[in-house]
Amino acid sequence: MSTQIEKEKSEEAAEESEAETEAGPQERRMSEKRARTEARERRRQQREQVRETEETVTLKVFRYDPEVEGKEEPRFDEFLVPFHKGMTVLDALIYARDHYDSSLTFRHSCRQAVCGSDALFVNGQQRLGCKTQLADLDDPVRVEPLPHQDVVKDLVVDMEHFYEQMHAVEPYFQPDDLPDGELEEQRQSPENRERIKMSTRCIWCGACMSSCNIAAGDNQYLGPAAINMAYRFAMDEREGENRKEARMRIVEQEHGVWRCQTQFSCTEVCPKDIPLTEHIQELKREAVKSNLKFW
Amino acid sequence: MSQTYDRGTVEDFGRWREFRAGMWAWIFHKFTGWVLVGYLFTHIAVLSTATASDPTVYTNTLQGLEELLIVRILEVGLLAVAVFHILNGVRLLFVDLGMGLENQDKSFYASLVVTAAIVVASVPTFLAGV
Ligand code: SF4
Ligand code: FES
Repeated sequence: MSTQIEKEKSEEAAEESEAETEAGPQERRMSEKRARTEARERRRQQREQVRETEETVTLKVFRYDPEVEGKEEPRFDEFLVPFHKGMTVLDALIYARDHYDSSLTFRHSCRQAVCGSDALFVNGQQRLGCKTQLADLDDPVRVEPLPHQDVVKDLVVDMEHFYEQMHAVEPYFQPDDLPDGELEEQRQSPENRERIKMSTRCIWCGACMSSCNIAAGDNQYLGPAAINMAYRFAMDEREGENRKEARMRIVEQEHGVWRCQTQFSCTEVCPKDIPLTEHIQELKREAVKSNLKFW
Repeated sequence: MSQTYDRGTVEDFGRWREFRAGMWAWIFHKFTGWVLVGYLFTHIAVLSTATASDPTVYTNTLQGLEELLIVRILEVGLLAVAVFHILNGVRLLFVDLGMGLENQDKSFYASLVVTAAIVVASVPTFLAGV
């Protein structure tokens, strides 16, 4: 018995150390992230205690409605929302809409950072409403629609352009050739999966595009999210060389990767923690490698 | 959906208090770059007029300039601008090589600190004998 347990344990340990050496940077990122989360958690608990006694949060919400007379002028409305533990910005907005002003308009759906419909500009930064704890923010909480996009109504912005840029990089799997058997699988190596893992997490929220002031100045710039999508497929080894070349041609064009000036704004705001700048830089290097051949 | 409201460009610089390290680095790099370009042109203009005729004109021009306190102060400023542009340029080089992307904010702060140190250390030399 005891020997068996021993064996299992050592196996486990071996596995662990293997995983550590294999995925060095990823491991480091994860442990850093864990430390960050813990610190944030601690701060939140302190603040929650304070908030618990105050019990309300002031929301200052951007309002604008072109269709109603007297509301065409943008303004800020204040809502006093009762605070409860674990309340997010989205929860507060929903409360304000349900209890104070049913005309308050904003997009939301999943409430768990999956659908990407509620990226907002909260206290000076692009954030997902449903992923942002009120306890993390200073009072009053200022909520605005995403900058650099046209406002349709209240917190709703026109995402059409963002989606166009996303579609421009053909964000779907197109392998050069299909496997022979009908039920044959297209397998990816674990290393390759690891490489594109982060880039697959995009939820099309548009926060990155809104934070980038190159994208704001150059309407044709593909933008971080679209380039990240291109990265996700260009680096996928199952697609084959021809496809990759075609994909590289898209990102290499005048308003592609070379517009990025490494401000890191997108990487800072991405709610899914995608290292966007890193991916853009990698595509730049890839482009240089395929175009400059000295040998 | 009949119309959309464009909030214009005011929001960009009106929000400077909310900028992050990477954004500041970008702004400073642009700014120092333009200052250096401007300096280059004045530099060429002054030197080409001063060296047009005999050597005494050159000596007189330069001595005349160096006597002015404002020129000395501008020289310190030029050093600051150049040093920051160089250091941040090195930082960007590493970013382009894909090295240390997680530490981009720290390397920006480091270049600021080093710039400040070098500039402070150079002040006595620049302002000597005005
Ligand atoms: S890359 Fe990040 S910030 Fe940009 S759209 Fe995707 S999830 Fe949102
Ligand atoms: S509601 Fe779906 S991402 Fe926030």
